[in-house]
Amino acid sequence: MSKVLNDGLQQTKKPIGWNGKTLKQMRREIDEISKETGYYAGLTELSLKESDPIRFEKIYSKLRGGIVHARETAKKVAASPIVEQEGELCFSLYTPEADSIVTSTGIIIHVGTMGAAIKFMIENDYEDNPGIADKDIFCNNDNHVGNVHTCDVHTLVPIFWEDEVIGWVGGVTHVIDTGASAPGSMPMGPVQRYDDGYQVTCRKIGQNDVLSKDWLLESTRSVRAVKYWTLDEKTRVAGCHMVRDLVLDVIKEEGVDTYKQFIREIIEDGRRGFVNQVKTMLIPGKYRQASFVDVPFKDLDLPSFARINTIMHSPSEITVHEDAKLEIDFEGTNRWGWHPFNATPVSITSGIWVMLSQTLVPNDRINDGAYYASKFGVPYGSWLNPDDIRSAHSNTWHALVSAWSPLWRGLSRSYYGRGYLEEVNAGNAHTTNWLMGGGIDQYGQLSALNSFETAACGVGAGAVKDGISHSAALWNPEGDMGDMEIWELLEPLLYLGREILPGSGGAGKYRGGNGWQSLRLGWGAKEWSMFVAGAGAMATDCGLMGGYPASSGYRFIAHNTDIKERIAKQLPIPLGGDFDPDNPIWDTSMNAETIHRDRQAVSTQEEFKDYDVIMNYLRGGPGFGDPLERNPKFVEQDLNERLILLRYAEKVYGCAFTEENGVYTVDIRATKERRKQIRKERLERSDPTKEWMESEKVTIMNKEASLQVKHMYAESFALSEKFTNDFKDFWNMPKDWMVYEDELNVPMLGSHINRFKQ
Amino acid sequence: MAKYDKKVIGELIDGRLEFYQLKEMMSSHKDPERFQLYREVLQERVPWDDPILLSYGLHLYIVQKKNGDRIVKCDCGHEFCDYKKNWKLHARIFVRDTEEKMNEIYPKLMSPDPEWQVIREYYCPGCATQLDVEAVPPWYPILLDFEPDIDTFYNEWVKLPLPNVK
Repeated sequence: MSKVLNDGLQQTKKPIGWNGKTLKQMRREIDEISKETGYYAGLTELSLKESDPIRFEKIYSKLRGGIVHARETAKKVAASPIVEQEGELCFSLYTPEADSIVTSTGIIIHVGTMGAAIKFMIENDYEDNPGIADKDIFCNNDNHVGNVHTCDVHTLVPIFWEDEVIGWVGGVTHVIDTGASAPGSMPMGPVQRYDDGYQVTCRKIGQNDVLSKDWLLESTRSVRAVKYWTLDEKTRVAGCHMVRDLVLDVIKEEGVDTYKQFIREIIEDGRRGFVNQVKTMLIPGKYRQASFVDVPFKDLDLPSFARINTIMHSPSEITVHEDAKLEIDFEGTNRWGWHPFNATPVSITSGIWVMLSQTLVPNDRINDGAYYASKFGVPYGSWLNPDDIRSAHSNTWHALVSAWSPLWRGLSRSYYGRGYLEEVNAGNAHTTNWLMGGGIDQYGQLSALNSFETAACGVGAGAVKDGISHSAALWNPEGDMGDMEIWELLEPLLYLGREILPGSGGAGKYRGGNGWQSLRLGWGAKEWSMFVAGAGAMATDCGLMGGYPASSGYRFIAHNTDIKERIAKQLPIPLGGDFDPDNPIWDTSMNAETIHRDRQAVSTQEEFKDYDVIMNYLRGGPGFGDPLERNPKFVEQDLNERLILLRYAEKVYGCAFTEENGVYTVDIRATKERRKQIRKERLERSDPTKEWMESEKVTIMNKEASLQVKHMYAESFALSEKFTNDFKDFWNMPKDWMVYEDELNVPMLGSHINRFKQ
Repeated sequence: MAKYDKKVIGELIDGRLEFYQLKEMMSSHKDPERFQLYREVLQERVPWDDPILLSYGLHLYIVQKKNGDRIVKCDCGHEFCDYKKNWKLHARIFVRDTEEKMNEIYPKLMSPDPEWQVIREYYCPGCATQLDVEAVPPWYPILLDFEPDIDTFYNEWVKLPLPNVK
């Protein structure tokens, strides 16, 4: 019966694509001709651009200016500090087939994710059912459709000209809460899709520009921070409609045929521009790197199959081909897991574009042209491409930011080789901690918090300059920690401190930008729980060319403190930053029933009461070059500005100082001697690498390593023959040596692909 | 399009440009002659005569030898190996695999946990300069991190003659 009905619909509905085609036909044609010719839409010539370049640029500027304007205006509708303060939103314009044409500023990773959602609708014949009509409104936040994580909610609106779809506009905001098993937008606690929160799969939520009542009722009953959710949605709809009006105005001015030609040419122009940038900036060849993130779940309150310590392994090989095609292959990445850090191929590749827009292609022509000039390898079954719809994704960024960071290093080797030293960047910070929680807030309302102080972490060092401290996050180039006063208004947490954490940026000839800490005091919530989400047991990237990695993270939480009594008695309380964790003072400025000061930098919900204390530590960036080559005067300045600790200024940077009234002055002559001595000690304590490899090989032969290390390798071995062969070749391992998941006595639920069991 | 002379490129290498100058460099279209100028400045600075083919990293170069070999060489003069091989295997290594060794670099809790990850420092056997630092789990293979296609780069991309041994 259903089939008959569908067939009937297909026969009666007129296609909404161009020239009587369906959107699905258009999508296939674009793919085929682009692949066949090597040019987007088969455009070997840019006739509009070449015949009337001024007009071409004018159309582009109108669209780009208009879409940025729409974002800035719509942003004011929101009340959520994540959107309104941090700018966590973005609008993007697409072709009918969902290739991006132009995008706004903001969280531009969603150029790809919203395109994936529209493609999903096209592929699933939405044109027939539920139908795509002028003034419809669709919503998506389904991770497995290609979203980054549940909290990135998309509003998608088709744009019609007469009876044809002339394009789509998408708007996204990062909402504060998604009704997951724990509060906050990127909660810890979800280990499978069904814990990740309210997921909407490309659903039609409005017609004739009006949101449906059933949608409004259902969605607002499904999340915690309802007022923010509601105003976020109004923000997205307003922005989408502004962009739709903009497009229709441009068509009225320029004519629909010109517009159609323009949207094809601007993407092909983007492709050519990208190829040109690759040839201008890079060196053909191969670049290899890897990064790692800890998943210390063994002792967390989670289902048994998720309670395991493991490591997320992110190797990458960049190939810059002779024809300037850029290829990035993540072969060797280990298995997805029962944690909320899994990703989808769209999220890793779209994120790479965010990164590239800040380095290789730093211009406003961000569209799908670059996508057509590149190639990605994302292994199926790995955490970048789970082969199971049950995978959780609520905190995808935990590992994504680590997977991207080594790519900076690869590109920077090219920049360094070509002499573009001003472009070198040692990597990005692990943009954590995510301070999250929720409950009944200080206003008596059901609410949630997700501090976006994380938008201001340390930048990686360059080849000729230090990384900037507390200033950036890879995923949002605007980088803003937000005002304390605003956070205090919105969250039931007062500030006891906000201070740079010395040494949190990696040491080097040029040091990574430092991270920082805020210390928050529970205040006013009726019922509240909190947790932390950051990397703790591992540095999430290396340094570059002799610089050290940024420091890793840790947790500080105190429950049931005596701070109320101390305030009444005017006794010292914890204030400022945890300046030197070897000699902590917070712990001595209060008594507490429980203090967590450890590397367990991810945790699940714990009740959090008034006068409880929690630290939010935002990480620093990696360093560049040997620290012994740092200008001693820079070290002196760092020391006097409390950016490093004295003992590390002496030991790591090899500087000697005199001190008077708390002001340090570097002794250049003594520094020279000390550095000479450190170099001598280096040679004494080190071994020829090949000799060291022999001893390391013995530990591998004997399988001497922690369970989490062996588990990581076993998973990569099970998925990748190439990684296995490279590993065994490097260490010259016997043919029969192997580490299998089966031998580790770990939960194996969901471990599907296993090349040893085929 | 921006254009710079050797003096500016020298100041860039030395880290002596002000931030506004760097910012202008970053915002401008790249100067196509940069590679050649940069290579010449570097060549003038090293204390040896082997022609530099490519700057391979801070202190490291791929140089052309008389016998046709292309090798990785430190500016101190130490020669590592053929550029297609991994220079780190010919360096000296120090591995930070205990809390105590980690604490020499990072305050408590701010270093990797050695049960999860170690820090490998690679030094030049000639001058003891720290040339690279890796943060990897135990057992991780030492990656050959950069394998440039020098001939395509010279012949087809920058269209320059390969420097010859005099």
